[in-house]
Amino acid sequence: MTVTETELAEHFEATVARGDRIEPRDWMPEAYRKTLIRQIAQHAHSEIIGMQPEGNWISRAPSLRRKAILLAKVQDEAGHGLYLYSACETLGTARRELTEKLLSGKQKYSSIFNYPTPSYADVGTIGWLVDGAAICNQVPLCRTSFGPYGRAMIRICKEESFHQRQGYELLMTMMRGTEEQRAMVQESVDRFWWPALMMFGPPDDASPHTGQSMAWGIKRNTNDELRQKFVDMTVPQARALGVTLPDPELRWNSERRAHDFGEPDWDEFWAVVEGNGPCNAERLDRRRRAHEDGAWVRDAAVAFAEEGAR
Amino acid sequence: MISDDLLGNDAHWAFGTDFEDPLAGVDTTVPDGVDPASLARYCLMLGDDALVLSQRLSEWCSRAPDLEEDIALANVALDLLGQARLLLARAAAADPSVVPALPDDSPVPAEDALAFFRSPAEFRNVTMAELPNGDFAEAITRLLLLSTCRLAEFESMAAHPDAVLAAVAAKGRKELAYHRDFAARWFVTLARGTAESRRRVLDALDGLWAFWPELDAPAGVEVVLDQVFAAADVSRPEVAPARGLGRECVHTEALTDLLAEMQSVARAHPRGLW
Ligand SMILES: [Fe+2]
Ligand SMILES: [Fe+2]
Repeated sequence: MTVTETELAEHFEATVARGDRIEPRDWMPEAYRKTLIRQIAQHAHSEIIGMQPEGNWISRAPSLRRKAILLAKVQDEAGHGLYLYSACETLGTARRELTEKLLSGKQKYSSIFNYPTPSYADVGTIGWLVDGAAICNQVPLCRTSFGPYGRAMIRICKEESFHQRQGYELLMTMMRGTEEQRAMVQESVDRFWWPALMMFGPPDDASPHTGQSMAWGIKRNTNDELRQKFVDMTVPQARALGVTLPDPELRWNSERRAHDFGEPDWDEFWAVVEGNGPCNAERLDRRRRAHEDGAWVRDAAVAFAEEGAR
Repeated sequence: MISDDLLGNDAHWAFGTDFEDPLAGVDTTVPDGVDPASLARYCLMLGDDALVLSQRLSEWCSRAPDLEEDIALANVALDLLGQARLLLARAAAADPSVVPALPDDSPVPAEDALAFFRSPAEFRNVTMAELPNGDFAEAITRLLLLSTCRLAEFESMAAHPDAVLAAVAAKGRKELAYHRDFAARWFVTLARGTAESRRRVLDALDGLWAFWPELDAPAGVEVVLDQVFAAADVSRPEVAPARGLGRECVHTEALTDLLAEMQSVARAHPRGLW
């Protein structure tokens, strides 16, 4: 007796409904596989492109301790990219293909990395707000239905939370420094606050994939739920730091027991997603150049391995 | 949830104390029979080599041929940065007169005063460490030559009468052995990979070899190098030595540029807290 597609699908649905993991060898609907590949690849690309905005400051970090912390952080992000590409490979897509899709613009990465980092304080702000928002997005993914993705997320989330603490600690230290340094921190927070809120994606009513992804256990919370959680956790941190968040509508709502806050500029969001952010071209150019410059090295490694195999 | 511990005063971050004051809690008394000034000078030579090479290697970050190499080069840069911090801190503790004078209320620790407030003419690194980056073959060849020499230096330094330096050497040896093996593996791979990779690695070796005599390689180094060259089917280049005087604080413009960039933020905020 052959197992029918319907039975396989029922088995799959039941596994997801129980909250158990789907593993690479398990049967899965084609659309589930595609959605996962798209989501994990986009996440992997974000880790890799995300090395650049902060990586630009490694050469200029103002103390050797900060240089070591920053270099280690950027290296962690490369590691995250590596785990995620590996998770994607279990779904049958090679890293090489994914890289090509990134470089040709067919696959996206998080828009936050298309914003510039003109100040050293941005290193701290990115750690605090950007890694912080990433954690809010990613902690629920540790329970995602696809096994390799969930396990990669557990490891990644641990490291992201060090990054967040290191970033926050840099800002705290700068706030104890000179007047100029305090102004740097505030200016940087002013620039990154809204883009950080946009990291949770468009509002729920403009997010077409959310319903299906939640049913499949790929996503665990809606964009707006996560955004709210992030605002609620960040407000007291900002207060402890001594900075103002640049939103006149931000206030505690005692009825909802949550903060009310203003609407991000969604036109700006879509413009950056479409490739018209301040640094889109620059980020992809750097990645493309590194990839092209490294082609002869990758070829040499393949040739050498083949010679050894003969 | 995650947010709570961000505000908490928890001193135990999971990465340990690796990033903190490199010589915290260590007895830095210079032992009898060791001249503090020459100990400090020796530490500066080795510390500056590590700092400057680390800076060059970290320029590869997000630009390496593949993710694995990006991570490996950053690892090497981090190890060298760690060695530089220990050695600069050791130099400052042994002979405080090597540390540039900063205002009395300056918050800048000694390791940072040495890294960020000395001029190029006060650095003691060898020329090879400061040369501008070339291609990946150049990075690998430079790392092979410098790490092979440095490993031999650290092996003999492990018996140094100064206990601090001996401890730095003991820790650094393992790191340097990894750096050398990584570089040697890639050197052989490139030399025997494709015609293009072989041409590039030979060009790199020719370019760097002029600066080899300046390294004043300890005994035994050339034997190791010859083994790598043999595996790569490469012979020692015949190149006239360049006049490298880095140990005497004579440098190329490349170091001026490297330091101008590295020191820019620290110098813009001399009273800054980081
Ligand atoms: Fe990451
Ligand atoms: Fe991170």
